Amino acid sequence: MSEHGCWLYAVTGKAVPAPPRGVAGETPRCVEAAGLVAVVGDVPLDSFGQDALYRNLEDLDWLSRVARAHDAVIATLPTVVPIRLATVYRDDARVREVLEQRAADFHRALRRVTGRTEWGVKVFAVPEPVPAAASARPESGTAYLARRRAALSRRERLEQRAAEQARDVHIGLAALAVASCDHPLQNRALAGEHTRMVRNLAYLVADDRAPAFADAVTACDQRSDAIRVQLTGPWPPYSFAALEEP
Amino acid sequence: MVSEQPVTTTAQSGLGASGNHQPANLGDILERVLDKGLVIAGDIQVNLLDIELLTIKLRLVIASLETAREVGINWWESDPWLTGDTEQLRGDNRRLRERIAELERRAIEDGERE
Repeated sequence: MSEHGCWLYAVTGKAVPAPPRGVAGETPRCVEAAGLVAVVGDVPLDSFGQDALYRNLEDLDWLSRVARAHDAVIATLPTVVPIRLATVYRDDARVREVLEQRAADFHRALRRVTGRTEWGVKVFAVPEPVPAAASARPESGTAYLARRRAALSRRERLEQRAAEQARDVHIGLAALAVASCDHPLQNRALAGEHTRMVRNLAYLVADDRAPAFADAVTACDQRSDAIRVQLTGPWPPYSFAALEEP
Repeated sequence: MVSEQPVTTTAQSGLGASGNHQPANLGDILERVLDKGLVIAGDIQVNLLDIELLTIKLRLVIASLETAREVGINWWESDPWLTGDTEQLRGDNRRLRERIAELERRAIEDGERE
């Protein structure tokens, strides 16, 4: 086993100028085969070998550094099929082999994302207004129960309205996109937000429609009182990189 | 409450499509590079989704608790009810350890007598 492995960032159609520093501080380079270009980096196996990866991926600082570096390299490539983090080959010959074996799939995936960009749209519920402070006077059991029931049904109505508005947002935005994707909801810590996430969407949008798409997101956000709509991106087409047709 | 502030803002409009990728928050990046992107078998096999993602989520929760403590929201550290519990657990632990030591000592003494 060599001392270095080939970390795969992305597959693209033509050679690209040197991207920024990679996950190991290396300068990524290109490996070509079958009319495709794999952007790879030489990574030391004592940090990026199997055992080391298992260990390091548990280290949030290491992981966040590597994840950002992986994303930063991919983000500089104009038309690209992004590869999931931690795909490592023994050497260039193995990378060429993979390019050749799956050439048709890669070319199809590249055609699908050419001239298109991924945008993320996160929908959060607007937090429930804090109820007026309960009166200091003792209330009857019946009054207490009535107040509780009113609060519960108010919350239910809010949640329902948030879900309906999120659905309308999705219908409107999907009409501007080539493809869309409903991701699992992020937990609050992962989202860096403190209100409940209602939808976690991704859209593949033609580049010439990107401004219209961004404007539509703004409009949705302003129009909907029960939800907050947040745009992220532009992203490389992570959510639309699968080789299968949707 | 402040934790990690996403750099992306609500509905930025008029962004060009590519070439001006903005730094996004860590959660968004992890979600994409770990969970999305093309999955092809590498020579080094790492199963990311089963174990790690769970741990990551857990750690992000911890990280956000730590952020909360930094900005001064640390009620759980001064809450006498919670800290009282910890004290009691520590006391129980100490008493149990002493009891085990005592039993071991007796067992050894019994062994020596036989």
